[in-house]
Amino acid sequence: MEMIFGTWPWYVGGPLVAIIMLILIKLGKSFGFSSNFRTMCAAIGAGKSCDFFDFNWKSQRWNLLFLLGTIIGGFIAANLLANNQIAPISEESISALQAYGFESAGKAYLPTELFFDLSPKNIIILLVGGLFIGFGTRYAGGCTSGHAISGLSDLQWPSLVAVVGFFIGGLLMVHILFPLIF
Amino acid sequence: MMRKLIFVLLGIAFGIVMYKAEAASWFRIFEMFNFQSFHMYGFIGSALAVGVIGVQYFKRSQSKDVDGEDIVIQPKAKSIPRYLIGGVFFGLGWALVGACPGPIFALLGSGVFSIIIVIIGALAGTYFYGLIRKYLPH
Repeated sequence: MEMIFGTWPWYVGGPLVAIIMLILIKLGKSFGFSSNFRTMCAAIGAGKSCDFFDFNWKSQRWNLLFLLGTIIGGFIAANLLANNQIAPISEESISALQAYGFESAGKAYLPTELFFDLSPKNIIILLVGGLFIGFGTRYAGGCTSGHAISGLSDLQWPSLVAVVGFFIGGLLMVHILFPLIF
Repeated sequence: MMRKLIFVLLGIAFGIVMYKAEAASWFRIFEMFNFQSFHMYGFIGSALAVGVIGVQYFKRSQSKDVDGEDIVIQPKAKSIPRYLIGGVFFGLGWALVGACPGPIFALLGSGVFSIIIVIIGALAGTYFYGLIRKYLPH
């Protein structure tokens, strides 16, 4: 049971995600999660004020169904396939995070100090993070699923450029900006 | 109808895997950008290993999709600025929030409701891109 309820190892998670992508390709679709944000903007009427959202978003309904499934999957994983899952991160990461005041490091799935305390500072962090994700994924034409998994699996070099960008941004945030934010 | 159900089921499998293998854990993303564990690199690397073999097999065997159409993977436009600059913005957000778009929705299902703030931000960021894209280098 521990195999199911504990952390799934990378060599189970990675190949399963690839198989999901391959099934989507076989169904004539391409795996790309962030385009759902554009579809959702179009669905709530953004096409009236901006032509980027003036497209036949209903052709992307399959991806919204995939998104709906992802929400259900998160529910099943957390409630039926886990009993308060804790991310067993490395000791170095735990001490670095404790120095930032994250006492939940090594004791929870997420930093509870950030996600379960809606202070003005946390709301701004989550909002700004979301803005960067929405803006960046559309500018780069994809996120981790579209570029790091699908694009690289198809050996497309623009996706490699995007992944290098993801890492430059991530390293900047964690090494330069985190000490200023937390 | 059947096809719709398959997309939902694939999404369910994806959400479960993202949560259980901890690609949706803020801590794991922090650890990855500090190079303090192999976990996330192994995750992405093994996904790629299986993905490359599968996609290359589809292309070389000229397989068809379930509707009998040729499998065509749209090539990305060849340029650098949009992927690099856009990628940096996404990386900043990914590291700050500790989740990329798929895991954001898996977290919503898992009961982390503050992630709704991230979703609102992401929709606003996407809309902002749509407004100013004419002025950006691509």
